[in-house]
Amino acid sequence: MTRYFTKDHEWIAIDGETATVGITDYAQGQLGDITFVELPAAGATLGKGDSVSVVDSVKAASDVYSPVSGTVSGVNAALSDSPELVNTAAETEGWLWQMTLSDASELDGLMDEPAYRTFVDTL
Amino acid sequence: MSDTYNKSDEDAAPIDPRDAADAAPAGPELLPLDAWHRARGARMVPFAGYEMPVQYDGIIAEHLWTRAHAGLFDVSHMGQLMVTGAGAAEALEALLPGDISALKPGRIRYSLLLAEDGGILDDLMVTNVTPPDATEPAYYVVVNGATKWDDMGHMREHLPDAITLSYMDERALLALQGPEAAQALDKVIPGATAELKFMQGTSREWRGAQVGIGRSGYTGEDGFELSVPDSHVEQLADALCALEEVKPIGLGARDSLRLEAGLPLYGHDLSEATDPVSADLGFAISKRRRAQGGFPGTDAILAALAAGPARKRVGLALDGRMAAREGASILHDGHAIGIITSGGFSPSLERPIAMGFVDAALAAPATELEIDVRGRMIRASVVPLPFVPHRYFR
Repeated sequence: MTRYFTKDHEWIAIDGETATVGITDYAQGQLGDITFVELPAAGATLGKGDSVSVVDSVKAASDVYSPVSGTVSGVNAALSDSPELVNTAAETEGWLWQMTLSDASELDGLMDEPAYRTFVDTL
Repeated sequence: MSDTYNKSDEDAAPIDPRDAADAAPAGPELLPLDAWHRARGARMVPFAGYEMPVQYDGIIAEHLWTRAHAGLFDVSHMGQLMVTGAGAAEALEALLPGDISALKPGRIRYSLLLAEDGGILDDLMVTNVTPPDATEPAYYVVVNGATKWDDMGHMREHLPDAITLSYMDERALLALQGPEAAQALDKVIPGATAELKFMQGTSREWRGAQVGIGRSGYTGEDGFELSVPDSHVEQLADALCALEEVKPIGLGARDSLRLEAGLPLYGHDLSEATDPVSADLGFAISKRRRAQGGFPGTDAILAALAAGPARKRVGLALDGRMAAREGASILHDGHAIGIITSGGFSPSLERPIAMGFVDAALAAPATELEIDVRGRMIRASVVPLPFVPHRYFR
């Protein structure tokens, strides 16, 4: 499974035809206590860079953008009762949605994990 | 022995009438406790011209700690002013709608700095700190940090020359808030809490410094505000935070606590475009002042009191978990009838709450409304303020 990252602090993990998307641990730390996650509808068509989800923290609401184009194949239902999973496990159990990709070449423009960690160190 | 806060000349600078409002520093200033906050893991953000601690452990944990124990807030960005001279009460009454003449030594009042049209320039706390043997009265005034330079300019311009207005810029301000605040303060400055009820002030000598102590705050809990010289603030913060019931609390929790307590925040719920009657702050317009007038905007404010305001500040409880923020539209039957001025998730109630202004006809509790949160209509109902009951020590 290969994982890519965006400068907006989303991650996308590729497993065959399916990809899982979330926000990074760095992002959740910046947002603080997360109280609500608005997720896309299954079947929704997403363009690369579209605002797809909203993560609400005590401080503010933040948009989450789709790292690539595709179609939503599922959402993390556990977040409706436990939005704090995004705080405690941002890059694992706190994933937001799954999608099928429409253009895998869009992944080429994203960062790999070492590049993302280096990017975060510059912030 | 007790005496009221003493006016202390050595740490207050008289304000030059010509340039108070132009004296605001250009970049963010550092609080006297800046390094102390950073050493405790605070995340610092620019606010009101200062680098301020927004959180340490996390807003929800800090919020709930304050409701259960005691939180220490650094509010040194706020403006601490001293107004002295014969006729100071009457001079302040020309700027505020409160009955300052009737305010006894050691008593605190919430009041409003008003513009000529009755708009709110700032909200503030005034304490009569006249010492027992003094020949002239002294009032300690705390104003908001973001507005303090404009406030000083306005006050200096409108106060008579015989009245001295001093900026106590070598003093820090700490707020100790929560149900265990009194027991904590008693361990550090013994005896002061016993002589104070809500909205009363006193002072104490502590390690050679004069500390002003007011039983007030901005969380809805029992608590104290402590005015302390910069030179002693770190010692005092250390002494309080060494107690197991006290933790430092950031601005983030301060905001969620005051929202639950239904307390307005200047620059958000209150502004120059807001009058005290719409803002549901009629209690700040004293009975005698209503009868006699003589405060800025008297005609407009008395008319609004008589006829009722066109719009009113209300509390709103939202369905679901999505929070509505400042600026969101409030609707009724599809028509925009108001706007959210503060909103967020309530850690105590575990649901989103908000304050906003709505048409007065739709301000009654249990009125069903909708809030437009980024295009999504969220159901909300008007609820009485505060959201979480006040627990002041009366």
